[in-house]
This record gives sequence, structure tokens and C-alpha cells, in this order.
Amino acid sequence: MSYFTSHFSTFGHEFWGLLVGGVANGVVYAMVAIGYTMVYGVLRLINFAHSEIFTSGAFASFFLMKALVGGSTPTATESVIYVILGVLVGGLAGALAALALERVAYRPLRRRNAPKLAYLISAIGASYFLFNFYGKEFGRINLSMDAPFTNNTVFTIFGAPVQMYYIVIVIVGVIMLVSLDRFVAKSKLGRGIRAVAQDAETASLMGVNIDRTISLTFVLGGFLGGVAGFLFAIPIGVVYTMGFTPALKAFSAAVLGGIGNLRGAVIGGLLLGIVESFSVAFFDGVYIDVVAFAVLVLVLMVRPTGILGERLGRSA
Amino acid sequence: MLRVFQHHMVKRVAGAILIGLLVLVMTGPQGNGSEPTSGFTGSFSEHMSFFGFFTPPRWITFALLALVLSLLVMFAKYSHRAWRRAQESGAAAARAVASAAARVKYVRSRRSGRYSGYALLVLLGIFLPRIITSQSWQTNIVQLVAVYILLAIGLNVVTGFAGLLDLGFVAFYAIGAYTTAWVTGALPTSPPFGIHFNTFFAIPFAIILAMAFGVVLGIPTLRLRGDYLAIVTLGFGEIIFIFANNLYGITGGSTGTNQIPYLSVHLGPLKYLWGLTPQPYYYLTLAFIVLFLMIFSSLEHSRVGRAWVAIREDEVAAESLGIYPLKYKVMAFAIGAASAGFAGVITASQTLFVTPPTFSLSFSINILVLVIFGGMGSIAGVVVGGLVIQGFVVYMIQSPPAWYNPADLYMYLGALLIVMMIFRPAGLLPSRRRLREVTQVESGVARDQMLTHIGPHNRVEEEL
Repeated sequence: MSYFTSHFSTFGHEFWGLLVGGVANGVVYAMVAIGYTMVYGVLRLINFAHSEIFTSGAFASFFLMKALVGGSTPTATESVIYVILGVLVGGLAGALAALALERVAYRPLRRRNAPKLAYLISAIGASYFLFNFYGKEFGRINLSMDAPFTNNTVFTIFGAPVQMYYIVIVIVGVIMLVSLDRFVAKSKLGRGIRAVAQDAETASLMGVNIDRTISLTFVLGGFLGGVAGFLFAIPIGVVYTMGFTPALKAFSAAVLGGIGNLRGAVIGGLLLGIVESFSVAFFDGVYIDVVAFAVLVLVLMVRPTGILGERLGRSA
Repeated sequence: MLRVFQHHMVKRVAGAILIGLLVLVMTGPQGNGSEPTSGFTGSFSEHMSFFGFFTPPRWITFALLALVLSLLVMFAKYSHRAWRRAQESGAAAARAVASAAARVKYVRSRRSGRYSGYALLVLLGIFLPRIITSQSWQTNIVQLVAVYILLAIGLNVVTGFAGLLDLGFVAFYAIGAYTTAWVTGALPTSPPFGIHFNTFFAIPFAIILAMAFGVVLGIPTLRLRGDYLAIVTLGFGEIIFIFANNLYGITGGSTGTNQIPYLSVHLGPLKYLWGLTPQPYYYLTLAFIVLFLMIFSSLEHSRVGRAWVAIREDEVAAESLGIYPLKYKVMAFAIGAASAGFAGVITASQTLFVTPPTFSLSFSINILVLVIFGGMGSIAGVVVGGLVIQGFVVYMIQSPPAWYNPADLYMYLGALLIVMMIFRPAGLLPSRRRLREVTQVESGVARDQMLTHIGPHNRVEEEL
């Protein structure tokens, strides 16, 4: 997390530099926050294992990049192809992990109508199982990623350099978020998701397959989470515990924006990224993680419904 | 072709094979990032001793496992007659067990019977160092069993009795450990006037400070419910960790301190030093476990305990009956924190050092696993759960089998949590009341507590 921000403060381009870094981080948070908010929308529970969906995407794209780039310097065309492939593979890995998670940790409990605490505990179990499993299989050290593009400065805003990395994040993120928003708003399946979020019983009477809709929700959220994992891992590499902090922050972002609301998650993510980035100007960089938790606690206490306090079912 | 996969038998067999594969990889060798598939391929190709008789490649062992599992699921479904015959012969044994269980239940239902059960456990605890004489075993038993049980019975008050999922419980343990370091002058900051207290003063200090911290932490967070509370407590746990890791002037930062003295008594002629052997620590911890168990179990049946149950089952209803939820929830936090604070003293003064990495989220999860496995809200269950799981952990550390790597502990604990939630959500020895709550919710009583994926839910405001 402190990667971008600490770099920028040494450059001395305080405001604009922090803003660029904050927006880039914010887009990643937003993409992860979408996963929390969608699952919350249909199931009314916090998917604690979402951090491992993020990690899954990061690991899958890490190995892809290792195979594709492998230390070479990709040309411009290659870079574009690699990024697209990375997005696809990272997203698919995230979606697959989310699907498996729903099957193993949630569906048996859903069949039984288990109490709410049970879901949280089984999700915690799934999270611990998954990331330690990755740690076992892929080692417990930080592995640096073969970057699919050269991270040079593309242009400057008021003296603050804007690097390729930020541009890739923003482009990919905006495409993903907008298409998800359109999908949920316009498509038949998206209407199903909104219907289940609004009133699952009635939705099922209207012919919506609830199980499939819930799976679809996990898959969509998982895809975005996986892509976020890929983008996040490009500069700092992968490690089995990488998902925890960004996911917790993304959760804070989802709550900040109003959990259950898609656009709220995006706004919350951007806002949190920017606030966190600027906080470096006031606190020591090591306390940057405290900011997100403080935001979370404050929001829950002052305005628990978040900025856009409405539901997935009512939004878009 | 695809329809074959929808046949229930095919599904079961596929499930059995998948479980076999998963176990194969889970128990396989450690991989590494430079050769991402080495863990997987090694899981198949490496050789594994089969009870010392012969050493086939691992995949043969696990193919056999999958075959046995598949046969079991097929056998259980198809050979009804054999199944029934087995059941009948089993029935006699089952009846014997049932009557014994009824007897135990009857004995347990009487107060003297219940106490005789506990007395038996305590006796076993007292003579345990005579049975297990190895020093490293004993040290591990204090650090990994006794301390964990202390923490688990504390978390049981919060999570089991009051129904508050606290993922930052390790914070109280950290407070206890750091207080010990502070009181004995091992930290960069010392007690005022340069007084260096005897380590024993750390015990009341740590307990009181942990309880006070429970109140401080509880008042803002305990207004939240359910999963929000879990995440916020987790956040607070992380904040404590970050501060402990970075406030070099106060906590010693990431290296912590290793200057803590052993517990000792110097009262005139009476001189006694804890720590040369693990036994004194063992008995001290045992005594405090018994003390805390007595306090907590009497609390369970007191006015406070009943208030906790009421809040756990329906906070709104409890409030309407004049129970002020926040007060009792904060009490649960503070009381649960007491045993964690004491556990911190034991850890700090026996291992002589405190470092932040000890107090990670994983630690809270480990304690949570003990509570869940034993049975939330059931004191006996939590103690037994702690004994079983942590006893197993110690055994694995002392004599690790080839397939087990201590670094994978949390992988197994995570899997255990899922399995428990699927098959036995109320735990190994469920508290009767808690079991009833679970079954009631699952059968649709207390509708508003269950996960409403059916039915309208405009409940965001209420849930928070």
C-alpha cells in the first residue's frame, strides 16, 4: 500500500502525486469493494474470504506473466496483449475461486438455513485454508512480478509524473466497472441479481433461479476481484498473505460508499484511496493502514448506511 | 455425456475422488514460486511410507484412499441390506453406549456429578507432568495448550455466552504481555519513579489493564452487530499490531523486548524462582485456569449470564425487557479480556520476550477455532476442544510425521472450521442452549436471525 505513496513523497510532488497514487489505489479498492457489496446485496453477509479471491487472481496472473514475459522487455503491442491476457486470466482465477468458495463454504449452510454467524466462521475458515494453501504451494516469500509493460512516465500533471502503471489501472478499472454496472442494470441476468437482492422469495416465484443467481454474483464479484489482484501485484509482486490488507480496506470502502450499492462501492473505493494517500502528508507512512480502519469505524458509527445508503436492488 | 455427471452416484464418487486429491496435495511437499507446480507434482511422485511396510509413490496411497471413499459412498447407498445388518449389530453396541451416555447425563445433571467430572479433569491436570516427563513437551504444553485454553475460555465468554464474534481478541493477550514487560522494566518506557516491580505484580496489572482496555474498546465497537462487529474488532486488532510494531519508544517496535525476568518470589526467607523447569509455570497456569473456569461457569448461570443469553438470542427483545445491551456486552468484553491478560503474563514471563508478530490475527483465529470446535458457549466443550486441538498441535511439533509441516497449521485449521460449520455447527460438546438456538434457527423459528435469502430484508439499519 505504502508503495506508491512513499515513492511520491520522496519525489516531493506532494498534492498531485498523492492524488494520482490515491486514484490508482482507489480504483483497485473499488474493484474489490464491488465483490463485497454484490455478495452483501444478495446474501446479506460479508464475504470474509474475498481477500483470497483477490490473491487467486494475483497468483494466476503472476504465473502467466512469468510464462509470457519471463524477464524480457515487451514491445508496445505485446504489452497490450499481455495486459489483456493478464486481466482475463486473473479475472477467471478470481471467478473460479469465488465459485468454489460459494459451493463449499456457503451453499451447504444455505441449504440448511444456518445462523448468520456460521457463514462468517466458515468464510474465515475458507480464507485461512486458501491463503495458507497458496503459501504451501507457492512458497511463503514475496515473488516479484514480471511487468507486462515498461513503467515509464507518460505525462506529468503539474510536475507530478503519471506512470504507465497508473494509466493501465485506471483504463482497465474503468472498463471493468462500467461494464459491470451496465451488465447489472441492463442484462437479464443482472436484473435477476437485482431481483434477488430486493426480495429473493418473490424473485424465485417469478422464475429466477436463486442458486444460479447467487453463483453468478460470486462469479462477477470474483472476476473483478481477480483483476484487481493482477493490477495490484504488477509493481509489488505476490505473496500468499497479500490479500488481507487491501481486502479489508476495500471492505471499508464498500461500507463507506453504502454496502449493497454498486456505485457506492466505486465512490467509497476512490474516496478511501485518496484519503489514505493524502494521510501520508500528515502521518508517518507506517500508520497508513490505520487510516482505513479509522474510516471504517467512523462511518459505521456516524452513518452506517454509507454515502449512498441504498441497496443493490434499488440502484442503477 | 454431460447428464452422467448429474447422476447422484457419479457426483458422490467424483466428490470422493476430489477429496482424495485435495488431501493428497494438502499433505504433499512444500512448493515454491520459482517452480509453481513442484508442490503439486511432488504430491504425486514422492514416496510415502505406508506404515513402514512399503514405500509406494504417494499417488498410489491416495488413489487407494479415494477408492475406499468411493466404495464407501457407493456401498452405503446400494447395499441397504448389508447396511441394515451392520446397523443391527451396531444397534446393540449403540444401546450400550446410549445407556452409558444417559447415565453420564444423569450424573452430570446433578451438581455433585458435574463437579466430580471437573475434579477428575483437575486431577488429571495435576498428575500430567508425572505422565509426560519430557521438558520440551511440558514447555509446549504450557505455551500451546494451557495458555490457549485460558484464551479460549476468555473468548468463550465473548463469543459463546454473549454471541459477539471478536476477531481482535489477541489484543487483550498483547496487552497482558506488554504490561508484564512494562511492569518489570523491560520496555523503553518504565513505570514511574524507576520502580521495577516484581513480575508477580504484572498479574493484577495485566488483568486490570486488559479489562479496562476491553471497556475502552467495547464502548465504541459494541454498538455494532454480527459481522460488522467481527470486522471492526479485527480492524482494532490490526491497529494494535501496527502500533506495537512501530512505536519504538514505547513497545520496543518490531523487535519487542527480551529482557523480561521469570516470575519469582522473594518474601523474607521464602525465595522461589519460576522458569528453570516448565512445571512451576504449568501449575500456576493450571491454578488460574481452574480459577477462571469457576468464575466463568458461575457467571454463566448468574443474572449476567442470563442477560448475555437474552442479548445473544434477540437483542431487541432483551432491550425491551430492561436489559441494557451495551452494558452487558462491554462486561462480556472486559471479563473475557481478563483471562487473556493473564495468559499474556504467562507467555511473556515464561518465554522472556514479547514481539509483535505473536499477536497477529492468526492467533485470534486459532483461539476461535478452539471455541468453535469445542462448542460455543460450552465451557466443558471449549476446554476439551483446546485439549484436543492444541494437544494435537503439540504432538505434531514434538514428533512430526513426514506429511505434516508446522507452517501449514492454519491451512488445516481453516479446513476444520469449514468442516465444523457444515457438519457440526454447534461444536463437539455443544452447550444445550446453543444447540437449541442453532436448530431453531435452521428450522425457521426466530426467523429474523437467520440469513434471509428468502423473505424481504430491509434490515441494513437494524443490523448495524
